[in-house]
Amino acid sequence: MKSTSNPTSNAVVLNGIGKTYENGAVVAVHDVSFDVRPGELFGLIGPDGAGKTSLFRILTTLLLPDAGTATVAGYDVVKDFRAIRGIVGYMPGKFSLYQDLSVEENVNFFATLFGTSVDENYDLIRDIYVQLEPFKHRRAGKLSGGMKQKLALCCALIHKPHVLFLDEPTTGVDPVSRKEFWEMLQRLKEQGIAILISTPYMDEAMMCERIALIQGGSIMSIDTPENIMQAFPATLYAVRATDAYHLRMDLLAEAFTESCHAFGDEVHLTLHTEGIAKAAGMEDVVAAMRARGHADVEIREIAPSIEDCFIRLMGQHHA
Amino acid sequence: MHDVVIRTQELSKHFGAFVAVDKISFDVPAGEIFGFLGANGAGKTTAMRMLSGLSRPTSGAATVAGFDVFTQPEEIKRTIGYMSQKFSLYEDLTVRENITFFGGIYGLSDSAIKEKSDLLIEQLGLQGEVKKLVGSLPLGWKQKLAFSVAMIHDPKIVFLDEPTGGVDPLTRRQFWELIYAAADRGVTIFVTTHYMDEAEYCHRVSIMVDGAIKALDTPRDLKQTYQAPTMDAVFYHLARGAQRSAD
Repeated sequence: MKSTSNPTSNAVVLNGIGKTYENGAVVAVHDVSFDVRPGELFGLIGPDGAGKTSLFRILTTLLLPDAGTATVAGYDVVKDFRAIRGIVGYMPGKFSLYQDLSVEENVNFFATLFGTSVDENYDLIRDIYVQLEPFKHRRAGKLSGGMKQKLALCCALIHKPHVLFLDEPTTGVDPVSRKEFWEMLQRLKEQGIAILISTPYMDEAMMCERIALIQGGSIMSIDTPENIMQAFPATLYAVRATDAYHLRMDLLAEAFTESCHAFGDEVHLTLHTEGIAKAAGMEDVVAAMRARGHADVEIREIAPSIEDCFIRLMGQHHA
Repeated sequence: MHDVVIRTQELSKHFGAFVAVDKISFDVPAGEIFGFLGANGAGKTTAMRMLSGLSRPTSGAATVAGFDVFTQPEEIKRTIGYMSQKFSLYEDLTVRENITFFGGIYGLSDSAIKEKSDLLIEQLGLQGEVKKLVGSLPLGWKQKLAFSVAMIHDPKIVFLDEPTGGVDPLTRRQFWELIYAAADRGVTIFVTTHYMDEAEYCHRVSIMVDGAIKALDTPRDLKQTYQAPTMDAVFYHLARGAQRSAD
């Protein structure tokens, strides 16, 4: 009996998914649940080793989960793996096209594999493919990093997938190319394709509608980037002085400091709000740093970024 | 910080008709953290290879730690440390074997290697992992170990080619603590990165576009010059006009 996909259901649903390796010795993913809505751009934000790739491999039916259930476009990732393989596009973190086929040959190959042709879905890839066209006879292995990434996206899109899985497409890519890649994704989203994307770059979280912050195989928080930032439970200050390195060392040595992390040329600081170590506020910090020889201390209250939230959640998770 | 440890004058590298690096000139003083930024394909790796004695320049001049890149590449290789994201450690050797191997490569005596290994393992808190294969360590530990191994012969200059990709924000900051501590001891750090907040940790930053250096200044002055709130905006402003995208 063949299952059918339900067009009104969520694009991706995970329910208590778990995966271990080496007979349970290594926990890759633990009790992960979330869903991706139709047409949503959903980000999995976390570092190397967080479990992102294991989740992608489970959802694309390349790996069996040990616990939990998951569906893609309504199809079960275990029972209905054949159906899923025909309707998803997957761009793995490692470049996985045929290095010794040309750009054009790769695109044609993947179109044929999915029983379609480049012409049939050309609309979907046109924006990206025109940038590749001057190199269409070049072997994929000889392309630059940015071009390889565009070709891989074309090949993942060629059969007009219901759901697009992109595993760290921007890792190691310079900031200009990263921006261009996200602009391409925004245009794809407008075509109604649900996208699950992972990235270790915290700033890219802002480009997603909703995000899951993932670390050590567990989800720490799921929400819109705005809500996650609003939920930051402390007042955050940015402190600045000429010698940022020793400023941070000196802030760490103060009893009033609850947390203190380098952010560019500033230090982001939260203070203890109760007990004897409590600081009255910004004036106390400035006075303490002046006393330690920082003549030019500036401090101001700021709104937290996703990276601030991630670091704080990591601390709570370890505690 | 007056001693200039890296000096380049109109340093260029051509591959046939292609100008990979186009007359770059700059000085780096001892103890500076010098950020070497550029888009993919801007020529950073080629420039770094010339400065580390791995690639002979086509024209111009450069000295590294007082040695000439044209005539003394072997002396340069012995004097500098080098770490890249792509290749640093042998995954199928243990932590201690890697340290011993690289200590040997740099000509340290057995007793010096033993002493250095013990110190380094203690500093990194890797006491429980010395017999583990490097391939089994988390990426963040590998990166910290690779940095320490690149410093095992007490180089005056260390070249770091995208050392921190992919790790969590706390581990990335711990890595920068190691960099700051080394710079504090007078080691010159020459670093490339795609994280623009890390560009802000550098004392000075150069931005390469299509083989040439388009800007070089402190992060604060760069932001002022280009009226940009962040280094990300400065970078975008300078690099978006790039014609090249080859790696």
